[in-house]
Amino acid sequence: MNAVVKLEDIHKTYHTGEVDVHAVRGVSLEIQRGEFVAFMGSSGSGKSTLMNLLGCLDRPTRGRYFLDGVDVSGLSRERLADIRNGKLGFVFQSFNLLSRTSALENVELPLLYGSRHYSSAELRERARRVLEVVGLGKRGDHHPSQLSGGQQQRVAIARALINEPEVLLADEPTGNLDSRTSVEIMGVFQKLNEEGITVIMVTHELDIAAYSKRNVIMRDGSILTDTPVLSRLNAVAELARLDAAQKEVQLA
Amino acid sequence: MRSVLTALGIIIGVGAVIAMGSIGNGAKAQVEAQIASLGQNVILIFAGSSSPSGLHSGWGGAGTLKVEDADAMKREIAQVTMISPEVRAFSQVIAGNQNWYTSIMGESADYFDLRQWPLVEGSAFTEQDVRSANKVCVIGKTITVQLFGEESPLGQVIRIKNVPFTIVGVLAAKGLSVMGTDQDDTIVMPYSSNMKRVSGVTTLRAITVQVGEARDLAIAQQQIVNLLRQRHNIRPGKDDDFTVRNQEEITAMATATTKVMTGLLFWISVVSLVVGGIGIMNIMLVSVTERTREIGIRMAVGAHGRDILLQFLIEALALSLMGGVTGILCGIGTSKILSSVKGWPSQVSVDSVVIAFGCSAAVGIFFGFYPARKASQLDPIEALRYE
Repeated sequence: MNAVVKLEDIHKTYHTGEVDVHAVRGVSLEIQRGEFVAFMGSSGSGKSTLMNLLGCLDRPTRGRYFLDGVDVSGLSRERLADIRNGKLGFVFQSFNLLSRTSALENVELPLLYGSRHYSSAELRERARRVLEVVGLGKRGDHHPSQLSGGQQQRVAIARALINEPEVLLADEPTGNLDSRTSVEIMGVFQKLNEEGITVIMVTHELDIAAYSKRNVIMRDGSILTDTPVLSRLNAVAELARLDAAQKEVQLA
Repeated sequence: MRSVLTALGIIIGVGAVIAMGSIGNGAKAQVEAQIASLGQNVILIFAGSSSPSGLHSGWGGAGTLKVEDADAMKREIAQVTMISPEVRAFSQVIAGNQNWYTSIMGESADYFDLRQWPLVEGSAFTEQDVRSANKVCVIGKTITVQLFGEESPLGQVIRIKNVPFTIVGVLAAKGLSVMGTDQDDTIVMPYSSNMKRVSGVTTLRAITVQVGEARDLAIAQQQIVNLLRQRHNIRPGKDDDFTVRNQEEITAMATATTKVMTGLLFWISVVSLVVGGIGIMNIMLVSVTERTREIGIRMAVGAHGRDILLQFLIEALALSLMGGVTGILCGIGTSKILSSVKGWPSQVSVDSVVIAFGCSAAVGIFFGFYPARKASQLDPIEALRYE
C-alpha cells in the first residue's frame, strides 16, 4: 500500500518561556490515498499542532513525516512552501480569504506562487473551473464581503483545490458556519473524496466527524482511539432530511 | 490618503531640489553668459604684478607691458589669432553742451571681434586708424544716451582733453559685467590715439589675446609667459612682472559661488530624502503589521519568503516613485512660478530630474527593505493566527 501520509513517532515541543510544552508526543499514523479522516479532541489535545505539521506549516521536533513518499520533516522553509503550494490544499475555520480581491483572484492565488507560470487567461479559466466544482460558478467576481459564510468557505475550498493537491487539509472548516451550511460543506468534501481526493479534517463536533470515514481522537498529544466510522452520514441525504423537516414546520 | 502623507516627505524633498536646482541652473547660465561676453578663448595679460623695487602695484599699474610685446606675441605665437593691446584713461568728455566722465579705452581694431561686441551703427575703426593714430572713436550705449539723447551720434565730434574725436560707430548694449560695472559706459579708440593724444602713457595696462581653439589655451598661455619673461629679461627664479589669466580661470572664480550653492542643495536633498525614506519605512512597517494575516495566507498557499519580500519592496518602491514624480512636477511648477513672478531665470535640467527620480527609487528600496524582510521572515502559523 502506498500511504499518502505516513507519520513515524512525531514529537513537537514548544519552548515558550521557561516551560516546554509537549504539544505532540509520539504520534505514528498512516493515511491511505482516498481516505477521509477526522481528527477530534478537546482543545489542547494537540490536534491543531498535528494539523500544522501535516500541513507543512511547521516542522516536527522529532520523528519523520513522509508526504507522498517524500520525507518532508527536514526540509527548508522554501521547500516546505513549494510542498504546500503543490501537494496540499488548506481550508481554515475563518476562511482566510484576501478581502480586497475577488473570489476568482483569491482562487488564483496559489497559482501565482507555483513553479509553472500561467497566462492571465489560463488563470481565469482554471479558477472558474474549480469554482464550478464547488458550486460557485457565477460568483467569481464577488468580493468575499459580498458572499455568505458558506460561499466564502466554498471559495476557500476552490483555492485549496486549484493546484490539484494530494491532500486537502481542513482545520475546523465548519466552525464558523450554521448547521445547514456545515452539512453543505460536508457535502462538498464527500463529493471531492468520492472523486479520489484525500481529506484530512480537524473538528470538535461529533456530528461533523460522522461525515468522514475514519475518526482519530487525540488527547494530551497522543492518539487515544483510531476507528473507522460505522454509521457514516451522507450529506445529500441529510440535506434532504433537513429540507423535509423544514417543510413540515412550515406546513404545520 | 495615508500614502500621500507618507510620500509628502519625498515630494517636498524632491520638489525643493528640483525647484532650487532649476533656479540655480538659471543663475549659472546667466553668469556664464556674462563671462562669454568677455569673448571666447581669451587670455588676458595684465602688466606688473611686481615692480623692480619690490613694491606691488595692482594689475596694470607697473607699466611693464609695451606695444612691442603685443606685436611680438602676434608674430611669434602661432595659436594667437587676434590681439588687442589695451590702455585706459578716465576723463571728462564733452559733446555740444553735454559732458560726462567716463573711461576711455585704447584698443586695436581686432577688439570688437575679439570681445564679440557688435556695432549697432557705423563701423569700427580700422588698422589704418590705429597705425596713423587717427582721432576717431566708437562709443558705448550709455555715452550715446548721456551726450546725444535721441540724436544719432554718428559723425559727431566728441572732445576728450580738448582733442576732437569723430564718432565712427556705436556699440551694441552689453549690460553689466560679471563684476557689476556698466560695460556700456565707455569710449573705445585706437590704442595709439589714446596713448598719444589722451593719456600720454607709453606702456600698456593689459593685452587681450584670442586663441583659435580652446584646447590651445594652455599652450598659448605658457608660450606667452615664456616670451614675455624672455623679452623682459627675467631670470629664472624671479617673479613675473605681469599676470596672465585665461577665461577658464575667470569662469572658475565666478562659478565658485554657484558651487557652494549646489553643495548646500545637495545636503538639503540628502536630508529630506532620508526623512522621506524614514516615513516610508514607518508606513511599510505599519502595513506589514496590518497585513500579517494576508502574509500568512499567502505563505500557507505556497508563497516563498522572496515572493513576500518582493511584494513589499515593490509597494515601497511605488510609494517613493509616486512621491518622486509628484515632487518633480511640483518642483518644475514652483520654479516656473518663481521665474514668472519674481523674474528669476530658471532652467529645469534633465539631469536633475533623472537624478531625483533615481534617488527616490533608491530611497524606496533602501528604506523598504527592512519592513519587507521582516514580512518575509514571518512564521506562517503565527501570521495566520494574527488578529
